Amino acid sequence: MFSKEKFHDFLTKLNTGYTPYILTLAHILIGAIWVYSSPRSNVAFVVFISSLLTLYGLNTKNVFKLSTGLILALVVMPVLGVRNIFYLEIMFQISIFAALSLGLNIVIGFAGLLDLGYVAFYAVGAYLWGFFGSQQFFAIPYAPGVQPSNLPFLLPGDMFYLFIFIAIIVAALTGILLGLPVLRLRGDYLAIVTLGFGEVIRVLANNLDKPWNITNGPQGITPIQRPTMPQFIVDGFNTLFSGVIGHTVSTADVYNVFFYLLALLVIITIIQVVSRLNDSKIGRAWTAIREDETAAIAMGIPLVQMKLAAFAAGASFAGAMGVLMAASRTFVSPESFSFMQSIGVLTMVILGGTGSIPGVILGAATVTILNLQILQGFSLYLSQLRQSDAVIPIINFAWKNLSTQLDPAKYQRLLFGAILVLMMIFRPAGLIPAARRQRELADEKAE
Amino acid sequence: MALLQVLDVTKRFGGLTAVNKMNFELKKGEIVSVIGPNGAGKTTFFNTLTGLYRPEEGKILFNGLSLIGLRPDQIAARGIARTFQNIRLFGNMTVIENVLVGMHIHLKQNMATAVLRIASFKKEEEQAEARAHELIKYVGLDGSLSNELAKNLPYGGQRRVEIARALAADPQLLLLDEPAAGMNPQETEDVTNLFRRIRDEKGITILLIEHDMRVVMKISERITVMDYGEKIAEGSPAQIRANQRVIEAYLGRGAVAGQHEEKVK
Repeated sequence: MFSKEKFHDFLTKLNTGYTPYILTLAHILIGAIWVYSSPRSNVAFVVFISSLLTLYGLNTKNVFKLSTGLILALVVMPVLGVRNIFYLEIMFQISIFAALSLGLNIVIGFAGLLDLGYVAFYAVGAYLWGFFGSQQFFAIPYAPGVQPSNLPFLLPGDMFYLFIFIAIIVAALTGILLGLPVLRLRGDYLAIVTLGFGEVIRVLANNLDKPWNITNGPQGITPIQRPTMPQFIVDGFNTLFSGVIGHTVSTADVYNVFFYLLALLVIITIIQVVSRLNDSKIGRAWTAIREDETAAIAMGIPLVQMKLAAFAAGASFAGAMGVLMAASRTFVSPESFSFMQSIGVLTMVILGGTGSIPGVILGAATVTILNLQILQGFSLYLSQLRQSDAVIPIINFAWKNLSTQLDPAKYQRLLFGAILVLMMIFRPAGLIPAARRQRELADEKAE
Repeated sequence: MALLQVLDVTKRFGGLTAVNKMNFELKKGEIVSVIGPNGAGKTTFFNTLTGLYRPEEGKILFNGLSLIGLRPDQIAARGIARTFQNIRLFGNMTVIENVLVGMHIHLKQNMATAVLRIASFKKEEEQAEARAHELIKYVGLDGSLSNELAKNLPYGGQRRVEIARALAADPQLLLLDEPAAGMNPQETEDVTNLFRRIRDEKGITILLIEHDMRVVMKISERITVMDYGEKIAEGSPAQIRANQRVIEAYLGRGAVAGQHEEKVK
């Protein structure tokens, strides 16, 4: 007979010995081959991406996880991605949002401060490079739209690398500047003030085209420079991979790979920094503040200083990713930094699990894929149906009569809302709940 | 010199004077209790000492230095640690992490050393962990509970974790706000002995608020009685037990009068 225990035993068996290795590799192979053979299939990509989850979740040695992960990230993904550049774009976006979620997670998950204006710091980073990495400096005297097109660039494109670090500092300072007046507030009040701050930054970006044209207003700044890409890297990439890819890769595509790898590098750094901070006196102080402010301060934790540290650390990640985003898009405009974006990042944190590092990364990946692939894929499918002569059989409804208002891509907000509500009801701790580190203690080892 | 001197301290909440012209002195190595009926201002007095409230009038000197105007975390760094009347542990942290938070002021690590994981950081963490583990056992908890979430411990256990967390700050003065509340007689006996050991072995001065008179009478070298925000009596346990004003404060003037009448008959 089939019983629950037997099923459980079966699962345990699947997760011991060599089986998890075989399962993981099989999942990766199936995903990779599928994406390789049908590079337009959304389902194939989701299957492929979810193999990372299998890799993370199943009981395999860390060496295996690490090396497989590296091969996947550094070889398989770029090759598959160049065959359909959209995939690299998704991976880049996932990395960006994962970084934002990790940053917001410090503020909300660790320190328990509800920040609804988090994208403001992302905007600070993006506009920082947007301003210094473009012709905007020389366009200051001109109103938007009338500046001459032959203005020089202020800085060489390779200053981009330096500006990643400058953005970290500037965003952190902005975080402190915002934090100083508002961190005396608690809970809901803090949320409202940060929400306001987020809007202030966006409105500033929108309106700082007069009296001096600093942000070029709603039109945004473009073009923004990218770092230079030496020809030998393009050639090298081609000699290595063009055989597998099936065509010669253009410089533009190598740029996509480059930004993907850069984002990956930043995200790995951020994960390291966050997990190390979390497992130190600073992380413990943050959690203590979240758990009980009064007890925390009575134990000698300087509240304001620690909250500022959380704000600054969280903001700095967003700043760095802002620079990356500005360079990869070569364009920044205020509408990328709306309140909805803040809510989007918040959704990722809550979906994944507040306070949980793997959780928020999963949350970021899930929401991004939902947004960019599943909803849009569904939209595309519906619009195809609409153009066809197909009819829903029993109720005799012609697809072409379907209102264009029923476009799933327009239901992003509905989806965010639904995710937040469902998570709060069914899994308030998130997909991968945060766990405290279990310490190995001297006398237990002896026993 | 006295460890703690409280001079004419007054704390008001609007029209209510919760602590009125309180004068109080504590010598190094003493165990002193503050007792009084509910609402007498004992906890407010503690909160004023630890900087959670700022008194309207008066002086508080600790080791001869004023504590007025300092933030609670600065006061903690001066060497005053406390527990709370309603246990205030960090519930979703493990027991050992709670104790490690208590060491916050003594850990020299900072953001940079934490991220870089330099040798001195690792060594400090290791030592802190070992010491936290020792403290957990010192307050009478099973060492295997170290990795348990604090909120999952039974009530008495949580009280002990709170004491361990306070001890982790290596204080000169330990303030205990009703440490035996809700404990059974055996547990009460155990913690009473623990307090005495803390004083004898670690040389920590202890000031406690307690309603359980068995604890108070057994452990205190001196007792201060508060009522309506004022100190109404001070003295040895024997003196306090015989003090007419204390009995009135606890039982009411009528009760004392009744007792008196009975004696006359």
